[in-house]
Amino acid sequence: MRIGIVTFPGSNCDHDVYHVVKHTCGAEARYVWHKDRLPAGMDAVVLPGGFSYGDYLRCGALARFSPVMEDVVAFAKSGGPVLGICNGFQILCESGLLPGVLMRNSSLKFLCQDVLIEVQGKETPVTRSLSGERLRMPVAHAEGNYFADGGTLDRLEGEGLVVFRYVGGAPNGSSRDIAGIAGGPRRNVVGLMPHPERASEVVLGCQDGRRLFESLLG
Amino acid sequence: MAKMAKVFVTLKRGVLDPQGSAVARSLRSLGYEEVADVRLGKYIEVSLRDGASNEDERKRIDEMCKRLLANTVIEDYRIEL
Repeated sequence: MRIGIVTFPGSNCDHDVYHVVKHTCGAEARYVWHKDRLPAGMDAVVLPGGFSYGDYLRCGALARFSPVMEDVVAFAKSGGPVLGICNGFQILCESGLLPGVLMRNSSLKFLCQDVLIEVQGKETPVTRSLSGERLRMPVAHAEGNYFADGGTLDRLEGEGLVVFRYVGGAPNGSSRDIAGIAGGPRRNVVGLMPHPERASEVVLGCQDGRRLFESLLG
Repeated sequence: MAKMAKVFVTLKRGVLDPQGSAVARSLRSLGYEEVADVRLGKYIEVSLRDGASNEDERKRIDEMCKRLLANTVIEDYRIEL
């Protein structure tokens, strides 16, 4: 498995994802600079967390115009697995690959804490055999308050596309406690606010996040 | 003088605005009890090059709003040209 990890100006979790994919899980990882094209032969793409373009205008709004995103969109539309974490989730929403938007947390505070999320909905490349599991990992965001109109939320729920939900209530005000959703032609596009790459090793106190990467890597 | 478009981006009615609520609370705590609600938005100035074609100016600014300046899932926009 070869995983492409996109680095935008302002990405700051790209190295963490690279480390988990390569050193913790033993798969092939490759950085892809946002101005370059997506190299051929990638099995999956990760849009990592951070503050792409300094969160100017709106989180993720400018990153979608990076040259690499044209290829990421085509890759996603052809069924290629794409995982967006935190700012990566925001970019997926702004680029139209996933519906809705991540708004400012209802508390107006930057949240940096562990959360418990439950894997729900239909299976995706990162949630194979994980349905019903409760996983602990940290969130670190100021804009993680998922919002979509009622019709869109109903459709997401009805089609089993709400794949991660906060247990015990969303800390950020997210509609229906949504922590992550899936989309794309084969539920191959997944975005979530919590950081699985920060909970993938014993030394970090929790390995729950690693299970998403192991699912992705098959 | 170069032409300028003014774009006002505001949250849609019905979308909660926690920043606006916080500002409203602060105003009230300053003694402005008449404040019922505050909504925050963005004001964007887009200066246009001299000699830009007039005809579809508004159409193009509208397109800019839809494609980038506003996220129409949660935001409305108004253009002054």
